[in-house]
Amino acid sequence: MEWLQQLINGISLGSIYALIALGYTMVYGIIKLINFAHGEVFMVGSFLGFIAISVWDFGFFPALLFSMGACAVFGVLIERIAYKRLRNATRIAALITAIGVSLLIQNGVIYIRGAQLITYPEVFENKSFMLFGAQISTQAILILSVSIALMLILYIIVHKTKIGKAMRAVSHDAEAAKLMGINVDNTISATFAIGSALAGAAGVIFGVYYTKIDPLMGVIPGLKAFVAAVLGGIGIIPGAMVGGLLLGVVETTVNAMGFSLWRDAAAFIILILILIFKPEGIFGKNTREKV
Amino acid sequence: MKKSKQFWPFIGSALLVYIVIQFLISVGILNDYHTNTLVFMAINIILAVSLHLVIGITGQFSLGHAGFLAVGAYISAIVTMKLELPFIVAILLAGVVATLAGLIVGIPSLRLRGDYLAIATLGFAEIIRITFLNIDYVGGAAGMQVSHLTNWTYAFICLFVTIVVIVNFTNSRHGRACIAIRENEIAADAMGINTTYYKVMAFAIGAFFAGVAGALYAHNFYIIQPQNFGFLRSVEILIFVVLGGLGSLSGAVVATILLTLVSTFLQNYPETRMIIYSLVLIIVMLYRPKGLMGTMEITDYFKLWRGAKGGKQHGK
Repeated sequence: MEWLQQLINGISLGSIYALIALGYTMVYGIIKLINFAHGEVFMVGSFLGFIAISVWDFGFFPALLFSMGACAVFGVLIERIAYKRLRNATRIAALITAIGVSLLIQNGVIYIRGAQLITYPEVFENKSFMLFGAQISTQAILILSVSIALMLILYIIVHKTKIGKAMRAVSHDAEAAKLMGINVDNTISATFAIGSALAGAAGVIFGVYYTKIDPLMGVIPGLKAFVAAVLGGIGIIPGAMVGGLLLGVVETTVNAMGFSLWRDAAAFIILILILIFKPEGIFGKNTREKV
Repeated sequence: MKKSKQFWPFIGSALLVYIVIQFLISVGILNDYHTNTLVFMAINIILAVSLHLVIGITGQFSLGHAGFLAVGAYISAIVTMKLELPFIVAILLAGVVATLAGLIVGIPSLRLRGDYLAIATLGFAEIIRITFLNIDYVGGAAGMQVSHLTNWTYAFICLFVTIVVIVNFTNSRHGRACIAIRENEIAADAMGINTTYYKVMAFAIGAFFAGVAGALYAHNFYIIQPQNFGFLRSVEILIFVVLGGLGSLSGAVVATILLTLVSTFLQNYPETRMIIYSLVLIIVMLYRPKGLMGTMEITDYFKLWRGAKGGKQHGK
């Protein structure tokens, strides 16, 4: 039952990608910006969770909530300071600014505390049990259920609340939404807050599950989460979830087949294949370009 | 006619710069450290100018320039270290193989636009880097030893050829087609310009010179490792181009010289250097999104200045 084990590992990794990818996809859906700094929000969330658990003796759930809240504020700050002025700028200018913000946060953290690794404290005892011959740790189950719960909450927010309705309206047509009396600026900030909170949660979960964190940890998961968002169809929330899980499973499969050094390349090969053959993603609808 | 008037003064001043610096090096006023900085500057300018052709002139946003740099570096290192051929062959072969890599990357990904193109090129560059990481023949993660062959003469000749080719390309009908694509791709298409052809062409030329820069780079640093060619390196090259002004060759050159000097001074403080880089990038994008010089060239400023003083107006 080796494959079942790998599948569970893949889904655990994939759920982390999915949580980060949700932030990417929401932000892209609403302002058409690839928020490169999103991976750094994930990293900052992980460090805040570390501080909360090891310095202030928080439990897992309080630390998770603290990190989510702090990241939401952080995300809104980034948006207000760096991106708000660029609403009407060219896409390239916005993208370059996002890269700049990402580098600034990375190196800011390195400047403050150095680039060394730290080890996350253990918050759960890691028991494991056998299911159909596969060894499953309680940690993996808990992480998976937290991720799924967060995604459900997100689904409810987007589809059942007023702010969610506003978000969908703005992402559909910002001008028309403004004419309908929706406060576009606040809606965009709310999107950043929710996306960043999810990235913060992913950071804490990553720390607990993989135990080692460092200031450059956000770069590769950030890029891969973006791949996951593109895979599912960028701007589409269920797409990001499916894309993330799929990417996690593919990566663990490549790893299990013995090509562990090629693991990082797998994500980018998927990205290029999807961009060439189905750029709108799995769930995307093909839209025609208007002249 | 106007351009040919600028051509000979340009050759003359380039020759003068070369002779003066070569003289200072041979007399010993510029020591090894200075020479190394100058060579590094020349390599960075080649990279910036080649990326300028792709982003500034053709308007195709590539985040994978370090991939071609890596191809050039590794191919040239194989040529000189494993096959023991002369350095000049290595430089040319590095350029040619990087061009092939550019075609392989460019033909599928240049169908994409804007953000998607940026991400696809980034993905390709990462794949190139991971491929070198997994080839034991070139040393894998530990890297590959390369002997020091780059000197000021090689660097300067490569730099000179790069600038002449790219300036002439920009001023040719091909260059104008590329600028038309940058300004409005759909309109260019409607005017009968084969947009894919020109985009791939600009991309391949950019890749060629990035490969040449890779050859110089590999033979200047004694060792090449895959980690030197990551995403950050692409961003660094991008910063040179963006800061100088998207579409301004002289702007890219000036920005590269300034930033290379700054990074040489801050060599021992890499975080501070990156913080300054990123702050500069953000502030320039927020307050002057077209870069320091926009699409102007230094020579345009001379003309403006002469015009303001009541000199002869350029009429058509």
